Amino acid sequence: MMAFANPAVFMKWSGRLLPWLTAGAALALAGALWLAWRAPADYQQGDSVRIMFVHVPAAWLALFMYTIMTISALGTLVWRHPLADVSQRAAAPVGMVFTLLCLITGSIWGKPMWGAWWVWDARLTSVLVLFLMYCGVLALWRAIEDPLRAARAVAILTIVGFINVPIIKFSVDWWNTLHQPASVLRLDGPAMHPAMLWPLLAMAGAMSLVAICLHMAGMRTEVLRRRIRARRIVLLDRMSRAGAETVGFAS
Amino acid sequence: MTGALAAILQRDIRLALRQGGGAALGLVFFLLIVTMTPLAIGPDPALLARIGPAMLWLAAVLSILLGLDRLFQADVEDGSLQQMRLSSAPLELVVLAKATAHWLVTGLPLVIAAPAYGLLLALSPAAMLAVTITLLVGTPALVFIGATGAALTAGMRRGGLLLAILSLPLMTPVLIFGVSATMSALDGLTPFRTPLLVLAALTLFSLVVGCAASAAALRASD
Repeated sequence: MMAFANPAVFMKWSGRLLPWLTAGAALALAGALWLAWRAPADYQQGDSVRIMFVHVPAAWLALFMYTIMTISALGTLVWRHPLADVSQRAAAPVGMVFTLLCLITGSIWGKPMWGAWWVWDARLTSVLVLFLMYCGVLALWRAIEDPLRAARAVAILTIVGFINVPIIKFSVDWWNTLHQPASVLRLDGPAMHPAMLWPLLAMAGAMSLVAICLHMAGMRTEVLRRRIRARRIVLLDRMSRAGAETVGFAS
Repeated sequence: MTGALAAILQRDIRLALRQGGGAALGLVFFLLIVTMTPLAIGPDPALLARIGPAMLWLAAVLSILLGLDRLFQADVEDGSLQQMRLSSAPLELVVLAKATAHWLVTGLPLVIAAPAYGLLLALSPAAMLAVTITLLVGTPALVFIGATGAALTAGMRRGGLLLAILSLPLMTPVLIFGVSATMSALDGLTPFRTPLLVLAALTLFSLVVGCAASAAALRASD
């Protein structure tokens, strides 16, 4: 674990790994999309069912990225792991985009199926709250300039959020059963046929690869961004010293 | 230790009461939202009675959010928080004292005023009682959740909006159970006890998590 703690070591192996991983993710995504294209249309939903091949993995990844953020937050707070900050920072926008993708694809699916772009269903609502929590995390990152301070503050927020996610989910379920009992078409129907299950699993695998690539690329960008910041500070320091010296000579 | 707590509690209450209207301003804001409601949705008493409890809860959430950004801000600015951190009392208990003082000054007046404001929204006596009880049990949770947001944004110049964005998603469970408990007074179908007990659990839970997280956030800010 500690061998990877050095950002320079991370930059070295991730730089070598990332092109291969990206190519693999692109191939996997192309293959999985082809499978999803070839999957039979649903007898009730028609071709709209194909939206699920993007929607379900996106929902899964929305939670997965928050979990990665929480594990990284623990790394920041408990072990002061320098890469944990970077991983936390890079996971936030990726998770937020997958949450948004989940909401948007769900909305597109909902229009022909339920006849509405948005329904205050328990699942939709809890994903929306998750999206708002991602927004909060990103806003806090941007509000604090010093990356080390920002990492600790965001880590606390992320962990508090992670503890609260099950509570929010539970309370939204309660709220929904209270307000609109079983009016929404549910997907529990018959168990999924293998002809649809395999494309779904392939899409889940491919999109996870894409998420990992994005996360790693984001981490590399963040490391570089911090190096630029550090150099700029050194440079400014040097310039201000040089300035002070010339002023000293002049007087 | 309890001496230090009592001192902080007393000091914060005194500061809040003597600085430009403290508790009264929150009540006026609460009243303003209650006034805006019929203006926005129409004066029909039946409709008002149906959504009244929910409006009172929303107004309470917003009113509590209003003063929260000052919870730690002033003490960070003038350095008194540094003094509190240097004292032997654990920071978690300092946060507990400050949050309690904040609730006594902003939350408790809302609870006391809720029945009167309920009259304006044509609430039945049963609904009024339900709103008051749920606010009494639930508003501390809002303060403790908001304290975490206040601690995270304490060093910032314009943290107010960020505080709302950070805290409101975490407040959704409190709002849901608070409102659903009051619904029992309206339709008689929903149980009152269950959501109220969950609400009490949320308050106790957020007391622990809120104090610990706020203290950690205050420590992390330097």
